[in-house]
Amino acid sequence: MHTKTLAQIAQGLRAGDYSSQELTESYLARIKQHQDLNSFITVTEHQAIAAAKQADAMLAAGDAPFLTGVPMAHKDIFCTLGVKTSCGSKMLDNFISPYNATVVEKFNAAGAVSLGKLNMDEFAMGSSNETSFYGTVKNPWATHCVPGGSSGGSAAAVAARLIPGATGTDTGGSIRQPAALCGITGLKPTYGRVSRYGMIAYASSLDQGGPMAQTAEDTALMLQVMAGFDSQDSTSVDCAVPDYSADLNNSLTGLKIGLPKEFFDEALNSEMAASIDTAINEYRKMGAEIVEVSMPNLKLAIPSYYVIAPAECSANLSRLDGVRYGYRCENPTDLNDLYIRSRGEAFGTEVKRRILVGTYALSEGYYDAYYIKAQKIRRLISDDFKQALEQVDVIMGPVSPTPAFGIGEKTDDPIEMYLADIYTIAINLAGLPAMSVPAGFIDNKPVGLQIIGNYFDEAKLLNVAHQYQQVTDWHQQTPKGFE
Amino acid sequence: MQWETVIGLEIHTQLATKSKIFSGAATAYGAEPNTQACAVDLGLPGVLPVLNEEVVRMAVKFGFAIDAEVADVSVFARKNYFYPDSPKGYQISQMDHPIVGIGHMDIEVDGITKRIGVTRAHLEEDAGKSLHEDFHGLTGIDLNRAGTPLLEIVSEPDMRSAKEAIAYMRKIHELVQYLEISDGNMQEGSFRCDANVSIRPKGQEEYGTRTELKNINSFKFVEKAINIEVERQIEIIENGGKITQETRLYDADKNETRSMRSKEEANDYRYFPDPDLLPVIISDELRTQVRADLPELPQIKRQRFIAEYQLDAETAGILSSTKQLAHYFEALVKSSGCDAKTCSNWVTGDLLGVLNKQSLDIAQSPISYERLAGLLQRIADNTISGKIAKQVFEAMLNSEDDADAIIESQGLKQITDSGAIEAIIDKIIADNPAQVEQYLNGKDKVFGFFVGQTMKASQGKANPGEVNKILQGKLKR
Repeated sequence: MHTKTLAQIAQGLRAGDYSSQELTESYLARIKQHQDLNSFITVTEHQAIAAAKQADAMLAAGDAPFLTGVPMAHKDIFCTLGVKTSCGSKMLDNFISPYNATVVEKFNAAGAVSLGKLNMDEFAMGSSNETSFYGTVKNPWATHCVPGGSSGGSAAAVAARLIPGATGTDTGGSIRQPAALCGITGLKPTYGRVSRYGMIAYASSLDQGGPMAQTAEDTALMLQVMAGFDSQDSTSVDCAVPDYSADLNNSLTGLKIGLPKEFFDEALNSEMAASIDTAINEYRKMGAEIVEVSMPNLKLAIPSYYVIAPAECSANLSRLDGVRYGYRCENPTDLNDLYIRSRGEAFGTEVKRRILVGTYALSEGYYDAYYIKAQKIRRLISDDFKQALEQVDVIMGPVSPTPAFGIGEKTDDPIEMYLADIYTIAINLAGLPAMSVPAGFIDNKPVGLQIIGNYFDEAKLLNVAHQYQQVTDWHQQTPKGFE
Repeated sequence: MQWETVIGLEIHTQLATKSKIFSGAATAYGAEPNTQACAVDLGLPGVLPVLNEEVVRMAVKFGFAIDAEVADVSVFARKNYFYPDSPKGYQISQMDHPIVGIGHMDIEVDGITKRIGVTRAHLEEDAGKSLHEDFHGLTGIDLNRAGTPLLEIVSEPDMRSAKEAIAYMRKIHELVQYLEISDGNMQEGSFRCDANVSIRPKGQEEYGTRTELKNINSFKFVEKAINIEVERQIEIIENGGKITQETRLYDADKNETRSMRSKEEANDYRYFPDPDLLPVIISDELRTQVRADLPELPQIKRQRFIAEYQLDAETAGILSSTKQLAHYFEALVKSSGCDAKTCSNWVTGDLLGVLNKQSLDIAQSPISYERLAGLLQRIADNTISGKIAKQVFEAMLNSEDDADAIIESQGLKQITDSGAIEAIIDKIIADNPAQVEQYLNGKDKVFGFFVGQTMKASQGKANPGEVNKILQGKLKR
């Protein structure tokens, strides 16, 4: 049952092949069996079974929404009513959210059954899931390796078939990179496509929630639920949501694929380059035309990201002050002591590092040199993409410079860790949609192909990814021990 | 050495919206602590602000009223600082692109009109309140006020005395109420003021070092605080000292200012554009709408009162000071049909006298303009004398009855029947032969005695004109 895709599960539920309760119990058992992966922070067993029973009643009555009874789980960055929402941090270890994020509400309304909350890098700051207060998540393909981050719990749980689909969030690659490292399909939508309300903010102008599942078809079904304008999020965009499944089978003949030469320079590991080449060849066979494009400002993406994201996070995390909710130090002697010790004791090293960097970048006398300059670079990078996307339909490249690396391998060198996002960060700066699709293995570790599209062109991305999955079976591979 | 005072004011006025600037929670004053704070106001993880468009409309209205540049695009920024009653650890305010740019406000002090520059006015959210009592050494936080919309109005350093500062503050206070964008309630903190004060030798161009006086929230305290601060600064400089740029708090009980924090200790607020909010576009459509809604402004109304009702400048100023008072006056003139002078005398004299004594505003007046009009009509048609009218007015204060009913029930109708008056006069002349003698011998003043006696005998109801006429006839020399 657990190897089925989300689309198959939804159909099976409708056909009465199994009940939601059976499914839910079976997945809960798998979650328990593989808890050493550490992909969940919270498993909401009782709520899940209650929701499954309700879903079964709805299915029996007919007229139930498409995802009714389908098990899934949320990254622990999405606020869930009555359930701990920790954001991977000691700071919110005691935080029971009094409200649901819009994304959570939408999945509830669509009938999905949430099995719990997934592990992640603390406040989504990390590329390996190693900054989580709840410990490292293991990559099901190589348990001594990281699953990527920050949506590492989501990626590992889907890859290990503990759930058919999960929500993730992507600020600099946090959906795509773990999806690549765990061999699943992930989609970061256009900035503004999915509501950020109730999604704990890391860098507000870059954060975007999206689906993670086995296949492009599944991510299309999930995006259908997630996308749409939300009056509670001023940055969500009020434009029509298309049927994301409608174009999946469109032919790719004549599709123009741009390959940025900056993606394929000497920095790219040769095995990775070979994997991407093979994938591009599949597209060539499907009738696509390959064009070289250039994005000269791409190399500035990481430095500008590491000004903008920390600047925004330094303010976003200020509300975590030990006053109203979250961690509070014991016996504070005065207000300053309360602030300093609560934050000092509850935030991890990477979070502190980014708060400090951001605070510095916004300080009087440095603001123009860092923040303003980074915003200018951001504009240049967006323009590069805009120009390229005038020539081509989609842009392709690697997701990550390497496959999954060893746990602890990069934790002492933050810059090395930051470079793991070298191919993904620019897309967030531009606000474009992008996907990661399984495209082979290097040393038995998955490799992801990145597909980048134009603003609100998610349907095209899904079509391009789905067609690839019709001629390859990388996405159907299951890691050993999780079959 | 002759010193010149230089003052600039920062006025925070709460905008009278029903809900908060970035959330749907109510803004009503005085609710139980934390009952009017929703998830957004509490700064819970994951929540996002959504701009209440009404505050934009109100700010634009204010901008037009002070003849200011209203921005095409205005941007909200985060002002970062930690304080327990600031739930997000930053305040959403505006920095580089305030909604209202340079404008001005004319004030009048000692008969001289002066133009005070307004540098800018920007929108921001109010903080909550820290409650230091009743918590046994701990501090309680009430976030009901958090997120209440504020318009911060920043003046140029154009004022040269506490008197000018007060005049400016009053004008702004009057204006925001006129525009119905704020209730202006100072007790409830809807209208608050900080003052930047410095001194310089008379004739010097360059400004002296300024101090900022925080939270001086009544007209009286603004004057006192500025004056005491100016005295302090003069004393320091005259003794060879230097003024430190700092924030000072006014202590009304001790009538002194004391240091809160120096410039070095001041926060670096690290302003940056709030990524949760889109830039606000002030459309032509909105501008046109707001212009159409703009009421007649106090300054213009005052000029019109002078021209249309031939009022003196002071009276016109009083009557145009609030929209409600101006309406009361104009409605009174119209419905009584009496001359404007009589109406203005009754309103500024008798009515405002009573209202001031009872600390009521015109909206709470125990006598509506319709009832007062009824009274003035009875004076005009000689039903009662002006003197009796005061008596009727007093009676109206304590009853719901109109003037006619009171005149009727208390028998105050004027006696105009000359036969009845003649009878009274004849008796008085007969009873006072000595005074008759004096008058006939040329002592004019005694005439008044006869008038007084006649009025007394008629209980004030005899028509004074008639009394005069008959007396003159009877006491012919």
